[in-house]
Amino acid sequence: MTQPTRAYGVTAPDAPVAPLAIERRNLREDDVAIRITHCGICHSDLHMARNDWGMSLYPMVPGHEIVGIVTAVGPGVTRFAPGDRAAVGCLVDSDRTCNHCQAGHEQFCPEMVFTYSGIDRHDGSVTYGGYSEAVTVSEAFVCRLPQALDIARAAPLLCAGITTYSPLKPFGVGPGHKVGVVGLGGLGHMGVKLARAMGAEVTMITTSPEKGADARELGAHDVLLSTDPNAMAAAAERFDLILNTSPVRHDIAPYLGLTKPLGTMVIVGAISELDGLHGGALAMRNRIVAGSLIGGLPETQEMLDFCAEHSIHPEVEIIQPADINTAWDRMERGDVRYRFVIDLGGQA
Amino acid sequence: MPTQALGWGTTTPSQTLEPIRFERRDLRADDVAIRITYAGICHSDLHHCRGDWGNPRMPAIPGHEIVGVVTAVGPQVTAHKVGDTVAVGTIVDSCLQCRECTDGWEQFCLEGATYTYGHPDRQDGTVTMGGYSDHIVTREHFVFAVPEGLDPARTAPLLCAGITSWSPLRQYKEHVAPGKQVAVAGIGGLGHLGVKFAAALGAEVTAITTSEGKAAEAQRLGAHHVLISSDKEAMKAARSRFDFILDTIPVAHDVQPYLGLLRRAGRMVIVGAIAPLPPIHGGMLISNNRAIGGSGVGGVPETVEMLEFCAKHQLYPEVETIRMEEVNHAWERMERGDVRYRFVIDMSTLEQPA
Repeated sequence: MTQPTRAYGVTAPDAPVAPLAIERRNLREDDVAIRITHCGICHSDLHMARNDWGMSLYPMVPGHEIVGIVTAVGPGVTRFAPGDRAAVGCLVDSDRTCNHCQAGHEQFCPEMVFTYSGIDRHDGSVTYGGYSEAVTVSEAFVCRLPQALDIARAAPLLCAGITTYSPLKPFGVGPGHKVGVVGLGGLGHMGVKLARAMGAEVTMITTSPEKGADARELGAHDVLLSTDPNAMAAAAERFDLILNTSPVRHDIAPYLGLTKPLGTMVIVGAISELDGLHGGALAMRNRIVAGSLIGGLPETQEMLDFCAEHSIHPEVEIIQPADINTAWDRMERGDVRYRFVIDLGGQA
Repeated sequence: MPTQALGWGTTTPSQTLEPIRFERRDLRADDVAIRITYAGICHSDLHHCRGDWGNPRMPAIPGHEIVGVVTAVGPQVTAHKVGDTVAVGTIVDSCLQCRECTDGWEQFCLEGATYTYGHPDRQDGTVTMGGYSDHIVTREHFVFAVPEGLDPARTAPLLCAGITSWSPLRQYKEHVAPGKQVAVAGIGGLGHLGVKFAAALGAEVTAITTSEGKAAEAQRLGAHHVLISSDKEAMKAARSRFDFILDTIPVAHDVQPYLGLLRRAGRMVIVGAIAPLPPIHGGMLISNNRAIGGSGVGGVPETVEMLEFCAKHQLYPEVETIRMEEVNHAWERMERGDVRYRFVIDMSTLEQPA
């Protein structure tokens, strides 16, 4: 017996999002069944729906920023009970034994299973994501959603939030630290909020003056217009860390030049080629260019708790399932501040 | 009174050196005068004199791997005394006030560090002259004691090649330690010291080289393993293996085949290729949370630490000692890569020109 579940997804790379009837598995020993209240829309959803990365499986139910309420638990589940608030991010399983899993970095496990368009490790079925009314996930990949977080706005923390949170601590962000955030979108706006809450002095680095004003409202102390050569020259060697959330191929040299000696630029958005790497720019100031991929489960829980403690929520626009196609179009045009969240009707 | 000095250098952009007479400044209160006994030859010397990095100030007297004996000290000097064996590296002055200097990163001085040759002096604007000469006058802070037990004849290359490979290994000390997998790409002046240092620091060391011919040599230097970068199968098998890669390859190259060898949170540091590099893919960094960085020379505290480490471990560069008049031939050989692994000029062979 499986559970018939209403979902929204695509049947081919060129198909629009439409209602789909899917089956959710019956509870395994360690499973948690979740009635989904909200799911965030990530740009990856669109890339995956269109098979931009060549790894898509159809039919596809996207969505990896999931929050909801536990409805049932398997007999081996110890951390959740029906009625609890729960959250699921980009991963739903891994081998749990490799060095990455042991270290709490499940995102690098060679057997890691994505929340959608992945293959279940036990029955070989294709995983379906959060654009649906319910999901069943192994307890180890379910986070507690603290009461202090508004469930309707929390969903984007599960991808945009953890992706920007994860690199901040390892690179020492805290009081006295100067952080520059490149790109004000779903990731960037979370980067501004999180770095500020950690005590850093935060500068939004953007091409548009309008976004600068928005960034200040989000908590940025300062704004640097990357199109202003004088301002860029004056900001040379100012930052300890540049959080680069730009999602497209670009020249990294102007941003790298803004880092202090021993400073770091961390790439979290551009899964594409990067231009302008120069051995001299690295060696003459002992700089590094790093990358960071989402985060593991312990870190994700830590991030949710941090956001609850500091009352940090993503800025969201809540939509109905019928509006997903329109939301995708608007997201492609950059017309969203800063994340769409689908209200899936599940009672909170 | 300024002193008369004799060195080898050039008065026009050229890679042919000749004897040149010039003046060294009179001792300032915090200056040390040093009779130079050995000078290492660095590839930068050639680039500078030939004008590869811009028109050099003339005359150009190269050399920033300097070992010698103190002959006089200014009245405020406390760290060195006449007769001490000392060394000077790539930097001879900086402001010593800014956040970088006070943190021991004098090479990043916010007012700009003064290089040992071809740079204007902070106080009088005269051009600095390097170590291919009979003596030098240097501010005390940038003069290092050569520790007891360190052979002065083999010490000079530590002051540039040594510190350049030592500094990144210490900046990433959690990646370069017992139980860690460290690779050194390129086995030349920098790389051969990288292998020795990493092994002495307790890491398991792999030398990455293009040539089978260097495999035995790398093992003799202390590498536990050798990886031939042109061997596709071997490179594939080494994916995600290393905690740290020291990339000493001296020319622009595609770094991605090496980046792929880094394990989770691994670090690769470029010390040789001071050049534009081909594009890298963001996914290569994001997967495994990798990072690529760079590092150049080192500050005073790191240099002191390195010299003491080398004395304790009796760790030396592999050197070929030459006479001063052989310098032009040595530069030709260095350009062809025909040196294992560093030339050192024995300054007692510097003769007064006829």
